[in-house]
Amino acid sequence: MRHILLSTLLIAPLLALPACTRQEGNDNVLHAGNRSEVQDLDPHLVSGIAEFRALGALFEGLVSLDMEDLEPVPGAARAWEVSPDGLRYVFEMQPEGRWSNGEPVTAHDFVYAWQRMLTPTLAAEYAYMLHCLKNGRAYNDGEITDFSQVGVRAEDDYTLVVELEHPTPYFLSMQIHFAWFPVHQGTIEAHGALDQRGSPWTRPGNHVGNGPYQLADWRPDDVLRTGRNPYYWDAENVRLDGVNFYPISNEQQEERRFRRGALQLTYAIPMHRIEHYQANQPEVLVLAPYFQTYFYRFNTTRPPFDDQRVRQAFGMAIEREELVGNVLKGEEEAAFFLTPPDTVGYTSRAQVTTDVARARELLAEAGYPNGEGLPTVEVLYSASETDKIITEALQRMWRENLGVETTLLSQDYKVYLDSMSALNFDVIRSTWLGDVYDPVNFLECFLTDGGNNRTGWGSAEFDRLIEASYHEVDPAQRHEYLHQAEAILLEEAPITPVFFQTQKYLKAADLLGLTPNFQGFIRWQDLYFDRPAGTEAE
Amino acid sequence: MIGFILKRLLSFIPVLFVIITVTFFLVRLAPGGPFDQDRRVSEAAMQRLLEAYNLDAPLHRQYLDYLGGVIRGDFGPSYRKPARTVREWIVLRIPVSLELGAYALLFALVVGLGAGIVASLKPNSLLDQVPMALAMGGICIPNFVLGPLLVLIFALWFNWLPVAGWNTPADKVLPSITLGAMYAAYIARLTRGGMLEVLSQDFIRTARAKGLREARVVLQHGLRGGVQPVVAYLGPATAGILTGSFVVETIFQVPGLGREFVEAAFNRDYTMIIGTVLVYATLVLFLNLLADIAHAWLDPRIRAQ
Repeated sequence: MRHILLSTLLIAPLLALPACTRQEGNDNVLHAGNRSEVQDLDPHLVSGIAEFRALGALFEGLVSLDMEDLEPVPGAARAWEVSPDGLRYVFEMQPEGRWSNGEPVTAHDFVYAWQRMLTPTLAAEYAYMLHCLKNGRAYNDGEITDFSQVGVRAEDDYTLVVELEHPTPYFLSMQIHFAWFPVHQGTIEAHGALDQRGSPWTRPGNHVGNGPYQLADWRPDDVLRTGRNPYYWDAENVRLDGVNFYPISNEQQEERRFRRGALQLTYAIPMHRIEHYQANQPEVLVLAPYFQTYFYRFNTTRPPFDDQRVRQAFGMAIEREELVGNVLKGEEEAAFFLTPPDTVGYTSRAQVTTDVARARELLAEAGYPNGEGLPTVEVLYSASETDKIITEALQRMWRENLGVETTLLSQDYKVYLDSMSALNFDVIRSTWLGDVYDPVNFLECFLTDGGNNRTGWGSAEFDRLIEASYHEVDPAQRHEYLHQAEAILLEEAPITPVFFQTQKYLKAADLLGLTPNFQGFIRWQDLYFDRPAGTEAE
Repeated sequence: MIGFILKRLLSFIPVLFVIITVTFFLVRLAPGGPFDQDRRVSEAAMQRLLEAYNLDAPLHRQYLDYLGGVIRGDFGPSYRKPARTVREWIVLRIPVSLELGAYALLFALVVGLGAGIVASLKPNSLLDQVPMALAMGGICIPNFVLGPLLVLIFALWFNWLPVAGWNTPADKVLPSITLGAMYAAYIARLTRGGMLEVLSQDFIRTARAKGLREARVVLQHGLRGGVQPVVAYLGPATAGILTGSFVVETIFQVPGLGREFVEAAFNRDYTMIIGTVLVYATLVLFLNLLADIAHAWLDPRIRAQ
């Protein structure tokens, strides 16, 4: 009896040995690393970049963007007209537009989707993006309950009329964001209420989208498979048979899978492998500018950073070129202003400088000659190896250039966010990734009492300029307001910019059609493999 | 026996109740919440999110609602991964953790028993000292050190095995060894001790005197008594392997319950944290009960009690 017990114990696990899995790679399907598991496939309930990528394959907004120049190209809408005051858009829907279940995509679908997005009880985190719609915020905040007062209506099945609260020059380019994607009313309501979070409509077999690809299978933490959507209005120009997204959070593992040929596109690349690829395989390495700035926030509500001169001194003592050249390796660009350069033609005129002599003077003027008498400054960052390296480099620069000793503190991400929001820091590492392709997206963070300000700083003049830019139709004058606002921000220095981040990833040499752009936007339907005939068969 | 089991099962209820209560209030003490992100949502949007998940209610109210849900088998929604409920996530993750645990236990038994038997044959020789020194090392090295060390050697230097993942059989080797190593070491020492004791007894001398082959003496007569301590150890070892896998699952990116637990803790996904803790607690309780039953079944003296 005991023998049986023992042998059962020994043999049972062997029976569970898995079958060998198929090696991916030579089918006409793109296997792409996607860092993290998507939270959901409901475009109204997600946030994050992994979701931005995957949902872009499954859904399509009114317009899409050309990957090369980020100019609007037809999406679910075939054509559009904008009124001269920039407040009214009329979209003509694609006559051939179809959901993945074959039903037509109509203007009513967008009205329904935007109503759902703005429904207060759905509590969509990205609902604020739709606040530019006339009465969008009022409906979302529950101040009005009649959705017909909101600036979107379907004139007929194929005509959508949108009215905005104020001119929004980036309204069209915003449409690639999942917050604006349509959802299929019948599917949502077959599986739950309009405002039900986490309803099973997003499961394989239930999911309905209007994108170039449709959901084939979703095995959490393994793979999200998509296949062609035969009903997509431009299906004949979709060249891949599908895109599979793999949530691989470990960059080294992702890179190894790329090397084995199991992935043709990665999400990132380990910092230490960049030089290897630059030297040996530059054709698969993508290093491209990104719409993201790395900067430090100062806590302006308590000494010593309540003194503008101390903030300026700390900013001027950072040798950004050295940091970018010697510490970082991904072709990042030193940042002397906050908004990434050439954002829709806007490059800040005002700049911060690196000037060690002036920084020492400022510190002395503030009462801390050579850093004497300065209270201990703590620099906070979230637990990440790259942030540690960067923060240590800055610590050294502040010591050598200002004679200031700083202590470094790393915190678990949520604790770090909590410290930042509660202004429980002296200096804190920060980044901002623009979610709307416009310079105002970076600057409006620092409106007095804005949720993303998190420095305690405020300037009435700055607020006035940003507000003025919201209502300005003339692009040149609008940029002028933003130039002035950014100058105030850099002069009063509640933040100090450090560098502009880059996208760093690997792309198989035979994967074509992908043009890296500022927003990291990938139009999956434009991608294809340049492979000799015959190799596509499994 | 049935009365004994029933009594033990009933005693689970207060234990689990205390665990739920303590976990529920402890997770709320950690700074940050499930919806805090780099891009902060407005106060109004945050309020709506809290309302959507009943997180704006007074804490004691939330606690009672949660308890009510648990009694009905509803562990609530996941705040950070709304695609599935906490119960569905747990159901999805458990098989992976069980599979990893089974391989780890298999590794621990094969290596542990083998090393223990070899060591017991020639006490204080090199064949004894080398495996026992290795076993002592195995007990002393925590798995969060052993895991990266094995990755460094077998994945990065020799390029034999994958760094992480859970798809191919090769993926499963390093996590299983990392998780099982400490238990293999314990089992080796227990087997050696048990075997030495049995091999010095009279019936073994009799068997040898009657001219039985040494292999038969050791494996048939010696092992039966020698593995008794190992059998007793299997209950706690299985519990330890199943609940201790969260470090290994995180190192090797194994999509099991342990990694879900760690992610939930980092994300402040309150319901997911309590749900996974509850599953782990229940597993430990049941495995200990099973160990007690097995013990009673093997030892008539305990059964009589």
